[in-house]
Amino acid sequence: MSDTSSQRIEPFVRTDMLPEQAPPATQSGLIKWSRDNLFSSTSNSVLTVLSIVAIYYIAVSSAPWLFNGIWNASSIRECREILDGAVGGCFAVLTERWNQLLFGFTYPDEQYWRPTLAFVLLLVAAAPVMFFKYLPSRLLAFTAVYPFLAYWLIWGGPILSPIFALLGFVAGYLVWNQLVNRSFAMGFFGAIVAAFATWVIGGAITGAVAPEQTLLSAVPSRDMGGFMLNLILGTVCVSLSLPLGIALALGRQSDMPIIKWICVVFIEFVRGVPLITLLFVASVVLAYFFPPEASIDLILRVIIMITMFSSAYIAEVIRGALAALPRGQYEAADSLGLDYPQAMRLIILPQALKISIPGIVNVAVGLFKDTTLVSVISMFDLVGMIRGPILASTEWNGVYWELFGFAALLFFVVCYGISQYSQWLERELATDHR
Amino acid sequence: MTTLTDPPQESFRLSMLLNDTRYRSYTFQFLALIALFAAFGYLGANLVQNLRAAGLNISFEFLSEPAGYDINQRLIEYDSQRSHWRASVVGILNTLLVAFLACVTATVLGVIAGVLRLSNNWLVRKLMSVYVEAFRNVPVLIWIIIIFTIMTAVLPSPRAFRGDDPAARMLFDMFAFTNRGVYVPAPSFSSGIFGTAADWLIILASLVASFFIARWNVHRADQIQEATGQRPVTVWANLAIWFGPLIVLCWMMGLTWEYPELGGFNFSGGWTIRGSLIALWFALAIYTGAFIAENVRAGIQAISKGQTAAAASLGLRPGRIMNLVILPQALRVIIPPLISQYLNITKNSSLAIAVGYMDITGTLGGITLNQTGRAIECVLLLMLFYLTISLSISAVMNIYNNAVKLKER
Repeated sequence: MSDTSSQRIEPFVRTDMLPEQAPPATQSGLIKWSRDNLFSSTSNSVLTVLSIVAIYYIAVSSAPWLFNGIWNASSIRECREILDGAVGGCFAVLTERWNQLLFGFTYPDEQYWRPTLAFVLLLVAAAPVMFFKYLPSRLLAFTAVYPFLAYWLIWGGPILSPIFALLGFVAGYLVWNQLVNRSFAMGFFGAIVAAFATWVIGGAITGAVAPEQTLLSAVPSRDMGGFMLNLILGTVCVSLSLPLGIALALGRQSDMPIIKWICVVFIEFVRGVPLITLLFVASVVLAYFFPPEASIDLILRVIIMITMFSSAYIAEVIRGALAALPRGQYEAADSLGLDYPQAMRLIILPQALKISIPGIVNVAVGLFKDTTLVSVISMFDLVGMIRGPILASTEWNGVYWELFGFAALLFFVVCYGISQYSQWLERELATDHR
Repeated sequence: MTTLTDPPQESFRLSMLLNDTRYRSYTFQFLALIALFAAFGYLGANLVQNLRAAGLNISFEFLSEPAGYDINQRLIEYDSQRSHWRASVVGILNTLLVAFLACVTATVLGVIAGVLRLSNNWLVRKLMSVYVEAFRNVPVLIWIIIIFTIMTAVLPSPRAFRGDDPAARMLFDMFAFTNRGVYVPAPSFSSGIFGTAADWLIILASLVASFFIARWNVHRADQIQEATGQRPVTVWANLAIWFGPLIVLCWMMGLTWEYPELGGFNFSGGWTIRGSLIALWFALAIYTGAFIAENVRAGIQAISKGQTAAAASLGLRPGRIMNLVILPQALRVIIPPLISQYLNITKNSSLAIAVGYMDITGTLGGITLNQTGRAIECVLLLMLFYLTISLSISAVMNIYNNAVKLKER
């Protein structure tokens, strides 16, 4: 035996684990991400480069306009003097005409706090409805009072009329509560009679005690304008058209042919014509259909027509939801012995309304955008204010982008916010386990 | 033994109209009908009374009177001596023109944006969602006015094209973008066979014929593929079918292009596309394109992943998977909302009145209404027109829906 063989070679046996190594630089972090998401193939790379070029050009062309902007000037000429040839936006028009953009040009200056307060309270009133899971339901009482409070704040005048309007609804509700257990029809018609009785009595009292000096001075409807008008039209018409839309949808699904056909004809007619033609009706035709002594002001006529318009669309959304409910739900309600109003109120509508939320929100957002159309019948909403008094004035003639950009931004914020809320609500209400 | 007999037939009592569900519906319908008649009667009585007080009547005779106003964008012959009816027809054609242009453009934009929103490129995906959200959430009226402002306030006036060193130049010496409109070359036939309108009809007929021959060609290729497994190449034959007759016809009838030229204070010659038309066209297209993009995305996402996987396991290439498996199924989901978007475009084209484009709302509902004071008649005709279009489009949609409905059991 040689002594080399007697030498014992220690076998290599690793007893401890090697520490984990970081992945190669190309397989981690930003590089891997951009390889996967930006440069995964030739066509993808081309698209990425094109997008970057597009973003670069947009940024380069709009950045100086945005950051060089003038916020303090009294006219476009002064803006140009300050800029002295440099590129920059003349945002001074927004600061100088801020109140006109928001409230229109005839709403009394010293009363601006009233619509502002009404707007803030709108958020307070909407919160318990929007976040009903997280806020105590006591707050809903304020939501119920809010419409009357807002009317009084914005239009002013004697405080008795909104109070009696509210009392009418309260009386109706009390009667309904008393009678609905005996029969739906009795509760329904009893509530209507009670409400009308209160309104008639209230109207007489208000007329009798009409005070010389009211707490808040009355502002006529024609003085409403600016973004305020868009908000008023949007909120009023959507809230009014919800109950109307539900009624129309139920009517269209009804077994009674005459009621069904009345609803079908109304819905299809309204959905078949553009909103502009309905606004023409409001501005030039509708007055012919009212008694000569009733002078109904333009804003009310427009509210009537827009409410008709949106209720037809909401009715279609709810009809879709009613049709989407499984037949078993209707049959289960019948087999429990519920009559039609009970089945609808307790079984069908809660489910149908829940699945129609996204559709209703879509209609509401669309309607809010469509309120700009009133500028066509020479009402001074936000767009009407910009195209009319502001761009026509000698000081600001030619400041297009700042004004229209501002209008677009305002609408974007509101509409995008509402649609994000609706998506959140959908997730919140989801009860299925898919 | 007991024998089952029918319960004795109850005789009808008046109280059953309220208490018996079988008869209650008659009561309700009767009441609804009375309420409806009462409402119409009330409104009608008011109308009659108001019209008498104003010394007016309902008559459509104004339609045959001379209109007395000019329309600068028109597809058919018209001048201010023609009747209001003729002006309305010009308006109807203008509505259909802008609706057609906007529908085509919106579809192209929407399909591109919708497919790109599903791209695996992060940047493109984000850019497309910015496009969709930005345009969906801002009123279309604001977009129309913004584009109209670009067309009228930013583009140079025709005067800028004048002189030895002009401030603005024509594109390829063929297109002039001015604040009075866009001037494009107009084709005309120097040695036409039957006259201008007939020549265009011949071109149209040849295109329709090409369409059917090309379809037959593809069908033949399908049959050969089924019989032999080999698919003959159809591209070249189809190109020849589409362009061959067209080129021959154009050469025979002597197609020439009339270029716009600067003369006097303005361009002359060629076709003029007014800024208002372009504003309406592009604004409607971009705005509705954002909605169509969402429909397309939803349609593609509605097809389960298993379809793609199954097609891939059959050995189809990605392009063919899209064409043969995904799109035919996705189209069933996409087309109904797509058609209602077309309907929206047609209805939104009535916003033309905001930028002075003379569509039916601008002629019949705008100037004619203001000149004649026949508000009720004009608005009624206007609504009838839009209602006809809407109802016919939804009729087409119902036919389509029935045709592509999933045939189950």
